[in-house]
Amino acid sequence: MLRSVSTFFQRRNAFYVSLLLVPPLLWLGTVYLGSLFTLLSQSFYAIDEFTARVVPTLTLATYRQLVTQPANVDIVVRTLLMAVAVTIACAVIAFPVANYMARYAGSKMKALFYVGVMLPMWFSYLVKVYAWRLILAKQGIVSWAFTSLGLQGALDALLATPVVGGPSLASSYIGMFIVFVYMWLPFMILPLAASLERVPASLLQASADLGARPAQTFRNVVVPLALPGLAAGSIFTFSLTLGDYIIPSVVGAPGYFVGMMVYQQQGTAGNMPLAAAFSVVPIVLIALYLTFARRLGAFDAL
Amino acid sequence: MRSRRDWNAAPLGQKLAAAAGLVFLHAPVWVIVLYAFTTEDRTYQFPPPGLTLHWFEVAFARQDIWAAMRLSVEVAIAATAIALVLGTLAAFALAKRSFAGKESITLLFVLPIALPGILTGLALLVGIRAVGIEPNFWTIVAGHATFCLVIVYNNVVARLRRMPASWVEASMDLGADGFQTFRYVLLPQIASALLAGGMLAFALSFDEIIVTLFTAGHQQTLPIWFYSELFRPRERPVTNVVAVVVMLVTLVPILLAYYLTKPDEQGPGA
Repeated sequence: MLRSVSTFFQRRNAFYVSLLLVPPLLWLGTVYLGSLFTLLSQSFYAIDEFTARVVPTLTLATYRQLVTQPANVDIVVRTLLMAVAVTIACAVIAFPVANYMARYAGSKMKALFYVGVMLPMWFSYLVKVYAWRLILAKQGIVSWAFTSLGLQGALDALLATPVVGGPSLASSYIGMFIVFVYMWLPFMILPLAASLERVPASLLQASADLGARPAQTFRNVVVPLALPGLAAGSIFTFSLTLGDYIIPSVVGAPGYFVGMMVYQQQGTAGNMPLAAAFSVVPIVLIALYLTFARRLGAFDAL
Repeated sequence: MRSRRDWNAAPLGQKLAAAAGLVFLHAPVWVIVLYAFTTEDRTYQFPPPGLTLHWFEVAFARQDIWAAMRLSVEVAIAATAIALVLGTLAAFALAKRSFAGKESITLLFVLPIALPGILTGLALLVGIRAVGIEPNFWTIVAGHATFCLVIVYNNVVARLRRMPASWVEASMDLGADGFQTFRYVLLPQIASALLAGGMLAFALSFDEIIVTLFTAGHQQTLPIWFYSELFRPRERPVTNVVAVVVMLVTLVPILLAYYLTKPDEQGPGA
């Protein structure tokens, strides 16, 4: 009986496929997509001014509030600037590592580097953030290192910088920036190394033979060819920074970020429409960024 | 003539920068391990004034940590089980066949990982409120299963795509039915991919916080316990010990998964 049933399914391809697909699609369709649409619709709901309750009448008021209130615009701009800064820093730090992996490392060294870069991606997320809180703390390793090198003054000057400084590295934008860069660096190194591996060595030799200095070869040959990898990596660093709310709440200055705003508005503030509208911000920014990255040919390297 | 060595030997600066990058990625983990043994219990003083095993003893006796740990393990097991079933079904359906609408279905299967976690978390919270459910054990599991199934799907689909279609055809030609082909040809092939996907899913679920904070209500998984401890640092050394434990619990399955899916290795039956 079972035999004939299974053979029946095998013969009828479309039926078999739909039988396999129904359970996972049902799950993602209802649990995931259903929730996403409910969330999206909430961002168009109104809030009753007196009772502070959500009323299901459609309005664009929440989005208007998002783009016109200076405090909200500040949060979006602050998050965006951080994401851009983190992306640039990741690219700069990742380049030598990826270049070494792709061009110079022998097969053993290359394997070591690939594992060495991938492993930290899988280390516990919270533990990594917490580790940085220890490292950046007032009496932590960084300030110990500065003091033992006799550079206490330099650290103090850095922390005294308006806006980005703070009472300690663990409660400043500089500290938050360092943690973001650390967390997403592997996501930049791996696609970058993959795209650099595809640059033929003969092109670099040709460039040198034609008289280009190493810096010229780098700027005019290597960077343009690595652009897809850079773009692919930057999609990760950019979107991961936009959506994160743990890092700004554990390490960093008091200013709000988009993710924290979402968490706070749905929780203590109880303004679900505003939380929903804020949660759409990363998607819009990522979509804009993807359009930009597509122009750079980022998707050839994925 | 420029010698070959010019091209194969890295400039010293390049080597140093690459090594520094690798050290930067790994050093924080060693810092955590070191701090789990410090005798200083009020500040994050470096270097630690002394080393002790005392805090492991203290952490071991804490019932709240055990309860959180237990909840995390239970959630991870349930989420992994659901993800294994749903992810494998999807992988079988989408690995080789092509049909109308396949592109958008494939997109749907990467969305939970591609979109920011905060969006998934908030959406699930809104979703469970909309249908009138209070956050409970299964709301946490549902959230985790959603992104875990993507991990399982990716692992199994990669393995199925590497397998020649002729094997299934040969099995059927030799008279095996669908079940026999699955049991004796497909299953041995994907077994290690399933195991690897399952372990990655377990590790991901065990460590998850961004989605869980929305779906857990007042329940405390280990990451939530850890997160709330960061804002009430009563006993910092205990937090440090738990950090090391969390690292180990997530790292061991991930390393196993890595060895199970290493492409250059002769995997079972490959």
